[in-house]
Amino acid sequence: MSEPVLPALLGRFEWHDLPFVRAWENPNVSEIIGAGAGGLVIFGALAVAALLTVTGRWRWLWSEWLTSLDHKKIGIMYVVLAFVMLSRALIEAVLMRMQQAAAVQQPGFLSDEHFAQLFSTHGSIMIFFMAMPFLTGIINYIVPLQIGARDMAFPWANSVGLALTAGGAGLMMVSLVAGQFSTGGWSGYPPYTGLAFSPDVGPDYWIWAVSLGSLGSTIAGINIAVTIYKLRCPGMTFMRLPMFCWTSLCTAILMIFAMPPLTVATALLALDRYLGFHFFTNDLGGNMMNFANLFWLFGHPEVYILILPAFGVYSEVVSAFSTKSLYGYTSLVIATMAIAVLSFTVWVHHFFTMGQSANINAVFGIATMTIGIPTGVKIYDWIWTMFRGEVRFTVPMLYALAFMMTFVIGGLTGIVLAIPPLDYVFHNTLFLVAHFHNMLIPGMLYGMLAAYTYWFPKAFGFRLNERWGRIACGCWVVGFYLAFMPLYVLGASGMARRTAEIFEPDFRPWLYVAGVGAFVLLAALGSLFVQLGVSIRDRATTRVTAGDPWDGRALEWSTSAPPPEYNFAVLPVVNRRDEFYEAKRDANPFAPPARYDLIEVPRESALGPAIGLAAAACCFGLVWHMWWLAGLGLTGVAAALIGRSFVRDTRRIIPAVEIEATERRWLTTVHEHRPIPRRLERTPVNRGVAEATPR
Amino acid sequence: MSRSAHTGITLGGKGETHHANAEQDLFGFWVFLMSDAVIFALLFATYGAMLGGTAGGPTPRDLYELKPTLIETALLLISSFTWAMASVSLKYGDTRTRVLGWMGATLILGLVFLSMETHDFATMFAKGAYPARSGFLSAFFALVPLHGLHVLAGCVWIIVMGVQVIMMGLDDRTKTNMLRLGLFWHFLDIVWIAIFSTVYLQGLAP
Repeated sequence: MSEPVLPALLGRFEWHDLPFVRAWENPNVSEIIGAGAGGLVIFGALAVAALLTVTGRWRWLWSEWLTSLDHKKIGIMYVVLAFVMLSRALIEAVLMRMQQAAAVQQPGFLSDEHFAQLFSTHGSIMIFFMAMPFLTGIINYIVPLQIGARDMAFPWANSVGLALTAGGAGLMMVSLVAGQFSTGGWSGYPPYTGLAFSPDVGPDYWIWAVSLGSLGSTIAGINIAVTIYKLRCPGMTFMRLPMFCWTSLCTAILMIFAMPPLTVATALLALDRYLGFHFFTNDLGGNMMNFANLFWLFGHPEVYILILPAFGVYSEVVSAFSTKSLYGYTSLVIATMAIAVLSFTVWVHHFFTMGQSANINAVFGIATMTIGIPTGVKIYDWIWTMFRGEVRFTVPMLYALAFMMTFVIGGLTGIVLAIPPLDYVFHNTLFLVAHFHNMLIPGMLYGMLAAYTYWFPKAFGFRLNERWGRIACGCWVVGFYLAFMPLYVLGASGMARRTAEIFEPDFRPWLYVAGVGAFVLLAALGSLFVQLGVSIRDRATTRVTAGDPWDGRALEWSTSAPPPEYNFAVLPVVNRRDEFYEAKRDANPFAPPARYDLIEVPRESALGPAIGLAAAACCFGLVWHMWWLAGLGLTGVAAALIGRSFVRDTRRIIPAVEIEATERRWLTTVHEHRPIPRRLERTPVNRGVAEATPR
Repeated sequence: MSRSAHTGITLGGKGETHHANAEQDLFGFWVFLMSDAVIFALLFATYGAMLGGTAGGPTPRDLYELKPTLIETALLLISSFTWAMASVSLKYGDTRTRVLGWMGATLILGLVFLSMETHDFATMFAKGAYPARSGFLSAFFALVPLHGLHVLAGCVWIIVMGVQVIMMGLDDRTKTNMLRLGLFWHFLDIVWIAIFSTVYLQGLAP
């Protein structure tokens, strides 16, 4: 059973690598859960395939979605990927909470190995395959619309970025079926993840999945930055950009400069593991400190890559639902840029205890605390935006409010951790786990969920169900407090993170509370799916085709919902901040243009998904030492890249007649419906035409 | 907002921009190069940090030779000049043959560089200086061959562009890609200068 099967073809694969075989040989709860997860992946893939076949939608999926270069469709695919991965990683979190609650002074139901895989996949997925795709998707969808552009600067590269990210996510899923994942945590520290201590396929899965995600994000970052620099419509100067574009720009800059360190870290670890290099080994001149430096040179800016887009979303949401222009726009721009710059100066605070001198720790501790200042500026700006506004407590606004209160608590515990002597005490305890979940759940997840709720009507032409949205939001908030506040207590009491078994009976009640919290969070995710189902069912009553359900301010609201492929029939001209909102107050912003011209849009390309597939195959081959597959995949990627440079026919023309017909149809819808005041916005009379607020 | 194109991206002899997307295409490539530069910067830093980790094995002074690396430097610098001539021919609408001639010269210089560098590595291997020997050699063999791989990619790219010039002529897309390739090639020159100074010259300094 532990002999390689057909090594020439399958590399180092053994029957024992299948979780089903392991569960058959050794049927305990831990192995059965592993086999169940593997089975679920296979069953899920088959179910989707069957559904596509029965409904005859394969061609539709391929030509309308996978090969599309439309930034809006790519954005939606990113978000779908994020929800799939969120579901898996959240279930893993619940399992970990159950294990810890059950494993006080007894072994619990998961093996140590399995528990270690769970916290490694949970972290890796949440960061690289939930958070990153979610925010990249929202930016992809919204930024071109907000700056008055017809697409991203590099539509094809956009598709490649998505395909690489999806390939990495696919590798994460495959690791449930074949072999096991790394047990070295989401940060994959060597020498533990080196060949000497982890010779199995686990760290290789981590290395290649993360590398694919990292490459995808680098490409996305370049694309977003160039789009904002070069494709702004006439009059859209930098200081007129909507705040979400500013935070997206800073995020993109961070991606461009912070993803390469991750690529270097994983590549060097791969060299250690595959070719016997000595970067991070214990012997022959290796130095694992280097890995910590490289990883956190990525890792800390990454935190702001995750949080800044959410800051942008909150700026949009708070302003829209307070019926006021954003307070302190300039200070918010400066604060965002300050955060982006400072984020590169604090990476050492992730390893205060690694033995550098006290002076170095002091410098990085102070730099860390400095970041609290621009963040504080932002919180005040949002509060002042609400002040004396007509605040409507819609679901995105509830997320924003929950964020502001919760995030401040997380910030305060961050200041505690930024003090090196205190960090020596809290280091590697659950206090840290509580802290970063306290930052990332409100600072990233709530923001993206607010964005999802806020912009969903723009993308699909109908609003999401309000009641289920509130239930979901309530569960996310209550679940967060129940699941993570106890971890502060446990951490301060000395409970180490990543422990599969606990030997202190006093921890038990806190672990029970945290376990309940995990279930509430699972209920929150469930509510989101129910909300989606209910909203689709009731869409006839919530249609907002006219496109402006929230009395929106930026240009994305000036188009139909969903917007046409080309976004704007005529490129808008901007004269001030909040152009569309002000235009509504001045006169009719929906005047038809004098004439319509044809528009070129990017033509579909199969090469994006082909590169994703080939790259994922290459990485899978590398994980299992199937050298033929790795070579084949790499050749495929190179061939696709070279092939693409020969393609001349990259654009498709939409004739003026077609554009005119589409626009006229939409303008008729706009004029058909009654502009509604804000107090009616959550009722069926809201058809997407807003009554202008008097000055 | 002023829409004037950046210097260096005018595709025609009289300063006009032919291809509407040239500006954003080239700007995007600059940004990509910055990202790539970060990768090299980190490998330089890693090299510096691991310089002492020779683990009793060969040291820089035992391994580096000035003569071949100096010739390699010259080869790359001349190749940058020949590529610049290719760009000038492209801009002033010379015959395709001349453009191809300068591209071919660049390609040959690049290939000679690669063969010399491979020879250097082979000599090092023969002296027992292979990457698995020590941390220092690991860092060396991550940094210097990565530059070599970039040059190899550049050579493949020159061949691809040569084929396109022959097949499709000097259309806008070919021209834009030629400009990108030029940026890439000159960027590799700069990285090599850094390698030559911080790896070889520093390693041989008394």
